[in-house]
Amino acid sequence: MIQCKTSKAISGMGHSMKRKEDARFIQGKGNYVDDIKLPGMLYMDIVRSPYAYAKIKKINTEAALKIPGVVAVVTGKDLEQYNLHWMPTLMSDTQMVLPTDTVMYQAQEVAAVIATSRYAARDGKEAVIVEYEPMKPLMDPYKSLNDDAPILRPDKPGKTDNHIWHWQAGSREETEAVFSNADVVVKEQMHIPRIHVASIETCGCVADYDKVDNHLTMYMTTQAPHAIRTVIALVAGHVGLTEEKIRVISPDIGGGFGGKVPVYPGYVIAIAVSFLVGKPVKWIEDRSENLQADSFARDYHITAEMAATKEGKILATRFKILADHGYTDAAANPSKFPIGMFSVCTGSYDYPTSFVEADAVYTNKPPGGVAYRCSFRVTEAVHAIERITDRLAFEIGKDPAKLRIENFIQKDQFPYKSPLGWEYDSGDYVAGLEKAMNAIDYDGLRAEQVEKRKKGELMGIGISTFTEIVGAGPSKDFDILGIKMFDSAEIRVHPTGKAIARFGTKSQGQGHETTYAQIIAEELGIPAEHIQVEEGDTDTAPYGLGTYASRSTPTAGAAAVMAARKLRDKARKIAAYLLEVSEEDLEWEPGKFSVKGAPEKSKTIQELVFAAYTNHPQGMEAGFEATHYYDPPNLTFPSGAYICVVDIDSETFEIKVRRFVAIDDCGHIINPMIVQGQVHGGLTQGIAPAMYEELIYDEAGNILNGTLMDYLVPTAVESPKWETGHVITPSPHHPIGAKGVGESPTVGAPPAIANAIVDALSVYGVTHMDIPITPYKIWKKLKDTGKI
Amino acid sequence: MKEITITVNGTAHTLQVENRLLLVHFIREVLNLTGTHIGCDTSSCGACTILLNGKSVKSCTVLAVQANGKEIQTVEGLAPEGSLHPLQEGFKENHGLHCGFCTPGMMMRASELLQNNPNPTEDEIRWGISGNLCRCTGYNNIVKAIQYAGAKIRGEELPSTEPEFV
Ligand code: FES
Ligand code: FES
Repeated sequence: MIQCKTSKAISGMGHSMKRKEDARFIQGKGNYVDDIKLPGMLYMDIVRSPYAYAKIKKINTEAALKIPGVVAVVTGKDLEQYNLHWMPTLMSDTQMVLPTDTVMYQAQEVAAVIATSRYAARDGKEAVIVEYEPMKPLMDPYKSLNDDAPILRPDKPGKTDNHIWHWQAGSREETEAVFSNADVVVKEQMHIPRIHVASIETCGCVADYDKVDNHLTMYMTTQAPHAIRTVIALVAGHVGLTEEKIRVISPDIGGGFGGKVPVYPGYVIAIAVSFLVGKPVKWIEDRSENLQADSFARDYHITAEMAATKEGKILATRFKILADHGYTDAAANPSKFPIGMFSVCTGSYDYPTSFVEADAVYTNKPPGGVAYRCSFRVTEAVHAIERITDRLAFEIGKDPAKLRIENFIQKDQFPYKSPLGWEYDSGDYVAGLEKAMNAIDYDGLRAEQVEKRKKGELMGIGISTFTEIVGAGPSKDFDILGIKMFDSAEIRVHPTGKAIARFGTKSQGQGHETTYAQIIAEELGIPAEHIQVEEGDTDTAPYGLGTYASRSTPTAGAAAVMAARKLRDKARKIAAYLLEVSEEDLEWEPGKFSVKGAPEKSKTIQELVFAAYTNHPQGMEAGFEATHYYDPPNLTFPSGAYICVVDIDSETFEIKVRRFVAIDDCGHIINPMIVQGQVHGGLTQGIAPAMYEELIYDEAGNILNGTLMDYLVPTAVESPKWETGHVITPSPHHPIGAKGVGESPTVGAPPAIANAIVDALSVYGVTHMDIPITPYKIWKKLKDTGKI
Repeated sequence: MKEITITVNGTAHTLQVENRLLLVHFIREVLNLTGTHIGCDTSSCGACTILLNGKSVKSCTVLAVQANGKEIQTVEGLAPEGSLHPLQEGFKENHGLHCGFCTPGMMMRASELLQNNPNPTEDEIRWGISGNLCRCTGYNNIVKAIQYAGAKIRGEELPSTEPEFV
């Protein structure tokens, strides 16, 4: 049971308060970007390349311009006149807005058609004739580094290969020494394939430039409106669009998951066109464009190795990565960490030595490297460590649960310094795993498995005990394009004791309008119902870096606490004044201050707020408002213990997830209902890459599954009935001990599922399978190795 | 262009439309009923689901002219003004939505499902909504929301809406 300090009427932390935002969504009154309609608005559609790598010989716009309703066709040459044909990525690489001579991936933007209606724009797009001279694309990242590979980015001065960056952590020599003396070394080659977030709402915008005021209002699907405003000012400042003249509004967002962090060319073209014609321009991509051109996630080729004693004590790990970034590094990682937080790959286990090295390369694939409901590359890290740990268990014939328990960082070792330099804040990994094992009856399942194996039936049990790293982040190490990754909250309490609170983050379904209100309710005792939360308008909200990487609660949530505590301090001063006692003589309980020993002498928060406007002490600033910019002292480290049971048909190899138990530790819980909902959703986005999703390209550079007909987003049928629970170890450095949760399940679930499937197939000597694991892949593997 | 008459949420609209206009665009852009959403271009996601003469259809896959003379219900017409349909209540009470983008289509689909099968099993619900994608919720609570609405429509005791933990 979660203890609550506040009454249900106040609904502070721990209450499963029903969501405040739902009223509009269930009645069809959400306001998503495609719902925005402005007078005189034009529509934009985008001509895209059918080739993965080609020279553009000619773009013929004549026929398109003759179509009734078509107003203009914009090409790279047009943008070049304003130096707007290239833009920076969030990783300080460069990306074409529209190409002037070469296309670098299939579905790349080639030209934009502007028209008075959506249909006319589409007609115009069909009528634009582009002549290409196709070239042989580079699709295999390993071949990118060959001497005879074409140099994909000759636009970059001095670039003589396709290598983007090298990154490493830990000591190569020390790790090598441990490996060469170890009893047991296990090794697997893994590919975490390219996948797509596929939020049900695609990306889009309405760019509304007002020529008279020289002012741009940009309604767009962005998870980080403030950062985007700054980026627009950096890209377009030279044409007179400076930051005070830009207002970015992120309306209701239909799911983000990392895919709505980057700046896509469509946004920039829409701004450029609106700037030139002085009318609002709407661009809404369709689903296939979204899957084919917007940022992908993952695509890491990993060699994972683990060294151990023969009893199963882990001694060291080593990871070598080749990262396929497509034609530009358009990931959204903190500047210092081009590999994101991959170096949390040492996992939940206590051992002193590890080495990671990564190289990133260009290929003729779409750019990206964003998250897919996870914190900066943590999923890749967790998959690697959790798979290789199971591999060790298999090698030495030890139960994987036992192996984990014997190697866990113990709860009294926190704060724990990991071999690659992170300081894990808190955790109780043994408690989590034991809870999951009891809930699923682990011993009973193992006994059942023995019986099933005797009958030739395939049943597998998979465990994942992961540690996440979220809440970026402390300003000394974390920035995006130089902007430090703090976040903010501003609380204004009105004279009648009702409040509005604004944040630098932006919910895409996480329920901030409810949970932030609950945080403030907890701190001030004002009922959450009476706290209005607003985000997403850069003109009104304080500056912040946005919502991704489970950072909202760790950063903006903490900012709300700190701002609320400033207000509580002010309330205390007013109470002392009104009750004619000293501040030390006052006692706080949610919603009121009373005099110690004389509880009948008290003032409610509402009375104190009213006094701040009507009867405040002389010399005190009037009003009841506070703002806080929170720079977290450390990241937070949520963890989880997941156990999955699968049954695999021994002839068709159809995989059925029979049960899945997820125990999460996200520290103190603000709203159990919302936390559980986030876990459910994250788990389905965990089974998705484990069993269904992968963007597949052929050698000619064609995407083979670029529509929702063949890119398999799980439905309610594929998605199992999830069973969830929690253990709670509060974060010691977060003001309310919360850690963040939205992404843990997406990170933790894939290895649990993969481990279960491999466990089932271990009777055939299978030690690894790359995700997504499908019946066909199992059949092929067994066939190729002569097992069937 | 063709003149069509479509009754939407009880109100008849007679308008000239292009022959190729999709019903979803008619609903969203001609009538400004933006509760019906668009999530794909391949009839795969169900975000655009509405009722056409009482049957759930993906309105991105129907031309407006095909709906001539027919009755449409969208999320805006699910319940009389000022009240909530049991499904709307069910989704809110059971946290059956996160971003809300799939929700109108999901509820419209579920409304036909419950019409035909007032007491569906969990499996029947899961198969019944398998033409509608949700990327956020993991479906557990959508199933719960539909079960709750079913109980409410049948006049039975409502199931608990508290989250259950292991
Ligand atoms: S919009 Fe996806 S099915 Fe209609
Ligand atoms: S709630 Fe976001 S897609 Fe279903």
